[in-house]
Amino acid sequence: MTARHAALAVALAILAALPLVASPYFMHLLIQILLWGFVYTAWSLMGRFGLVSLGHGAFMGVGAYVPALLWNYYGVTPWLGIPLGVALAVLLALVIGYPCFRLRVVGHYFALVTLALSQVVMLSIVAARDFTGGSLGFTPKAAGHSWLALQFPEKGYFYGIALVLWLAGLAVWWRIDRGIGREALDAISEDEEAAAAIGIDVMREKLRVTVASAALTALGGAIYGQYMMYLNPETVSGIAVSLQIVFAAIVGGMYAVLGPTAGAVLTLLLNEGLRVAFGTSFIGAANTIYGVLLILCIIFMPRGILGALDRVKPRDARAKAVPAE
Amino acid sequence: MDIYLLEAVINGILLGGVLALLALGLNLIFGVIDVVWIAYADLVMCGMYAIYWFYAEFGWPLPLACAVALLGVAALGVLVHVLIIAPILGSAPINQLLATGGLLFFLQSFATLLFGTEFRNVGIRLPIIEIADIYISTARLLAFAMALAGAVALYVFLRRTFIGTAIRAIAQDRDIVGLMGVDQRRVYLVTSAIGGALAGLAACLLALQYDVHPFIGNTFGPLIFIICVLGGLGDMIGGFVAAFIMAQIISIGGYYSSTELSYVLAFVFFIALMFVRPRGVLAR
Repeated sequence: MTARHAALAVALAILAALPLVASPYFMHLLIQILLWGFVYTAWSLMGRFGLVSLGHGAFMGVGAYVPALLWNYYGVTPWLGIPLGVALAVLLALVIGYPCFRLRVVGHYFALVTLALSQVVMLSIVAARDFTGGSLGFTPKAAGHSWLALQFPEKGYFYGIALVLWLAGLAVWWRIDRGIGREALDAISEDEEAAAAIGIDVMREKLRVTVASAALTALGGAIYGQYMMYLNPETVSGIAVSLQIVFAAIVGGMYAVLGPTAGAVLTLLLNEGLRVAFGTSFIGAANTIYGVLLILCIIFMPRGILGALDRVKPRDARAKAVPAE
Repeated sequence: MDIYLLEAVINGILLGGVLALLALGLNLIFGVIDVVWIAYADLVMCGMYAIYWFYAEFGWPLPLACAVALLGVAALGVLVHVLIIAPILGSAPINQLLATGGLLFFLQSFATLLFGTEFRNVGIRLPIIEIADIYISTARLLAFAMALAGAVALYVFLRRTFIGTAIRAIAQDRDIVGLMGVDQRRVYLVTSAIGGALAGLAACLLALQYDVHPFIGNTFGPLIFIICVLGGLGDMIGGFVAAFIMAQIISIGGYYSSTELSYVLAFVFFIALMFVRPRGVLAR
């Protein structure tokens, strides 16, 4: 394992040193990749166990809007606002998750209930347009370079924050992957009743990943908002973002630790590459290709790109039908 | 009773007709093929663009434009089945849902690429009738009547024809039907075509009331899914009833507050009801 550890250390060192050499544009791309990679990883905490949520836009929206609103209207520092937003997202996850799991709402039904949740949050933001600016979006009050406001014009700071966040996300993923809970969750995703029969606390295990996933997604949304300094209900909540999250995680592969990040890299490069190649006259070109890619991906390699690579070197019994309902 | 409230109720009933039509199509496909077409509302968008293009740009007569759009969307439904659903019929149902989600991305962005994001209107202004101080739009009345006619036609088709009987049989028991000599592949194709045709019909009716733009599917797509879930996925009568309940919530909610809040109300009502009756309103 030492060779592996060394490689890991080198990779980390390169990532940490990047701000010294990278151009601002490149930094912007990296920050976006890290932040979205973090959110996609958070989603895959649930998705890989068959809990396909189309409601993560809701958690992200709450996480992004709560600190920004508190900052603008009450001058509350994001250091308080972000935990509050995350707490609210967790509460939302519990309010939806508990009854869903109690009543065995799974598969299609779970996906569609969570889809409704993400619409509720998005439409609420639009409806409260007197406070949130509605569809026009919302801009947090600028404070220059400020730790109190968690605003840094210098991209290096947000790169650091995003990097730490992303590593933390991977760590959570890793912990769940290697923990005892994973066996339980795998069992649940294959046959819930059988899992309950052998003494697995189905409710507890499901709620655990749901809460973790919602909290991290909200945190990602909050930092994304702080970095972008602009929030729009369409880009941080609602069905479009929810689907974006699901698909990037699937394309990258939600069964490998770096899969969701690979999804973030791929989608961003595709978007930027096409934008540079065609200019803005072909709006929609990137997503058109992306849509085709998604369909092909789900048909031909439902385990995602990293999942497909992983399969070449067979490890433990990971070759099960995916994602199970 | 407040006259404006009455107007809201009537508009709700008229809106319910089109929603019910779409819910029927989605439920038919779910009941028979066991797939949720997340991109169903975007097929409607394609149909609306077709009508706009044939009628407003090429100057075809409206009935012809509508007929071509209807058939076109039906063909699109068959294509969706053949290209996307058929290859993954054996995998987990949620994968099929996600594959049609990819289709949603594709259709919306492709429409953006082709037509841009501007709102386009077919440009037909049907008159508004006034009955005892209540204003009713003819376009909505027509949509309601046509939607009901479509539903009745579907009912007759499912009851009176051989293939209709086969479709109902498959919805009841997929495995046994094969033994009875029904060609499952053919039934799936016909079902997809009918599902597409219903979306095409809805497109004709909606094109008279709304501007078309690439993301119009997002405005009523989620609503149709929750109507279907509320009525019990695959349960056509349940979906029909749920469509009218939801339309009333939206219409009356919109009368008391704003449109967005009425949708929020509808979705919250849906989530709450899911916890009371997880298998649909009419579930036994």
